[in-house]
Amino acid sequence: MAISLTDAAAARIKTFLENRNSGYGLRLGVKTSGCSGMAYVLEFADQSEGDDTVFEDKGVKIIIDPKSLVYLDGTELDYAKEGLNEGFKFNNPNVKDSCGCGESFTV
Amino acid sequence: MALLQISEPGQTAAPHQHKLAAGIDLGTTNSLVATVRSGLAETLPDENGSHLLPSVVRYRLGLPPQVGEEARAALIEDPHNTISSVKRFMGRGLADICKGCSCSEYDFAESAGSDSSVPRIRTVAGDISPVEASAEILKTLKACAEKTLDGELTGVVITVPAYFDDAQRQATKDAAQLAGLTVLRLLNEPTAAAVAYGLDRESEGVHVVYDLGGGTFDISILRLNRGVFEVMSTAGNTALGGDDFDRTIAQWLAGQAGLGAEMTVHKMRALRAEACRAKEALSDVESVSVAVPRDDGSVWQGELDREQLNALIDPLIQKTLSPCRRALRDAGIELDEIEDVVMVGGSTRSPRVRERVGEFFHCEVLVDIDPDKVVAVGAAIQADVLVGNKPDDEMLLLDVIPLSLGIETMGGLVEKVIPRNATIPCAKAQDFTTFKDGQTALAVHVVQGERELVSDCRSLARFELRGIPPMAAGAARIRVTFQVDADGLLSVTAREQASGVESSVQVKPSYGLSDSEIEQMLRDSMAHAEEDVAARNLREMQVEARRAIEALESALASDAALLSADERTRLDAALEDLRAKAEGSDHLSIKQAIEALNIASDGFAARRMDAGIHAAMAGHKLEEFS
Repeated sequence: MAISLTDAAAARIKTFLENRNSGYGLRLGVKTSGCSGMAYVLEFADQSEGDDTVFEDKGVKIIIDPKSLVYLDGTELDYAKEGLNEGFKFNNPNVKDSCGCGESFTV
Repeated sequence: MALLQISEPGQTAAPHQHKLAAGIDLGTTNSLVATVRSGLAETLPDENGSHLLPSVVRYRLGLPPQVGEEARAALIEDPHNTISSVKRFMGRGLADICKGCSCSEYDFAESAGSDSSVPRIRTVAGDISPVEASAEILKTLKACAEKTLDGELTGVVITVPAYFDDAQRQATKDAAQLAGLTVLRLLNEPTAAAVAYGLDRESEGVHVVYDLGGGTFDISILRLNRGVFEVMSTAGNTALGGDDFDRTIAQWLAGQAGLGAEMTVHKMRALRAEACRAKEALSDVESVSVAVPRDDGSVWQGELDREQLNALIDPLIQKTLSPCRRALRDAGIELDEIEDVVMVGGSTRSPRVRERVGEFFHCEVLVDIDPDKVVAVGAAIQADVLVGNKPDDEMLLLDVIPLSLGIETMGGLVEKVIPRNATIPCAKAQDFTTFKDGQTALAVHVVQGERELVSDCRSLARFELRGIPPMAAGAARIRVTFQVDADGLLSVTAREQASGVESSVQVKPSYGLSDSEIEQMLRDSMAHAEEDVAARNLREMQVEARRAIEALESALASDAALLSADERTRLDAALEDLRAKAEGSDHLSIKQAIEALNIASDGFAARRMDAGIHAAMAGHKLEEFS
């Protein structure tokens, strides 16, 4: 059971957390919605709940609730640049299929 | 695979439901777009990695317009079709522009055909209004943002100088609409700058924002109180900025190089470009060499040092300080209460400006954030809040009205309803009354400005309240309500309420809905302001003449028998004279004719009075009247 960050992702998250001036870490998760079943959740976290699993990679705390962890186990979070756009990318080995845009997926 | 951004806790959007918002600094010289991603506000670069988009549009025959760097490069070779600093023309009339700038480089189309005083610049692609040119700039920024954010923008916040009046704000909104943007709000530039510096998270206190951009100067005094920003006062000059620095330096260069006053547009622009280059270089070095081509083909080589530059620009910097004093006075603030001064606009890179401003306010000058980007960054933060990407809207911005709003009253005087620097959104009502017996309609003329005479203020709108029940002059109570929304835009309503009867109010929406209505508004204002007053004097006198004629005619119809033939002839002559004069356009001669008629009819009036009393009393005993 593990979640990892690329160097680029870790650096960006640190920058964003610093800029925000507060925050415990980064919350990853999934929720059921979207055109293809599941959608990722990517939020700043101010605290962890009792059931949460907390990983730490490259100095960044990653908080995941137990339900989401099933879908995200083994995921590597990357920060990528595509043309003018830039943002986070989930490299999730559990994904069987995703919608055209990749915002939602099925396992 | 889509690229994701980090949201605030609980704010993750459903797929394809992202609310993308951007802040746009639509500047005189350069424009920028910024957005908040993963909680961080940044300006967005274009394909070439440039954050600043020159606010220059070049129109071409049969080709889409060029915007930005390409257009700016064409300024010298194709001056008539290339429009720069268009912000200076936004919402202004032709007369106003010619007054503000003695040497305008554009070929403004005559108002023929469109009978409009909104300036249109003649280009190969047709006559272009400032709103259209601004829309091209906004379209380019929109395309850049949407490409970067990979989605359509939900809404934008566009910044405007605090000193922009309502017509200029409306023109900016129209440009955004034309570019297909949804404007969440127009935000005053200084307010945006303060937000960018995070002054809202600082300790409570008074902050000054000094914004010297390419074409406009703004000074704002803000007070942070219990986490709420209040703009205490604003002042500025809509026609003072780095462009003027360039012009002054260019004139000096022309003088040094011995160039004549007669100069082609081409030469003037080249000279200005050289002046601008020298000015920017002198921010870092003490002295810079300059070269100016002469008419005979030779090149004048010279040296401009910082001391000389300072001497040239000092008078212009000095001009920024009197609005500073005014803003301080309006806010009722002493110098020692000010925490810091936020520097905004490219011209504040000049060490001399920083020095003089620091001296004036006796306090620290904030220059950490790139002064070109700071406004766009603040706008982006505000847009992010307004579009709903923040859990709690903690930031509450109070803006102020830059110029007093009022209505015209008898005699062409302005009655101010909302005073300058009132915080918005706000609504204020004032009661007015009728001037004549039986008056059933009231013309409401909405004006903006600080002067006492309507002719010195800016006309914003006119409408009529009809259906007032007939009653004696002064008996009607008409409540005029001014409402200014969060964008600083105004709506005015008039309601007659003395009788308790709801009267129908017909408001002709000359206030800022379509281009043509704005044009109408402008035409009513600057171009014909003086004629309006003269016309009003005349109309008032004509109304008075008509009243006198009607009164005498009805008296003659009933009591002609009281007059001798001779008296009747004289009275008829005076009546005829007044009728003829009332058709003319000289209000003074009408006035004299009215007076002449009054004198001529004095005896008749007295006799009618006697006859009336006689008729009333005849056949009655004296006791009946006691």
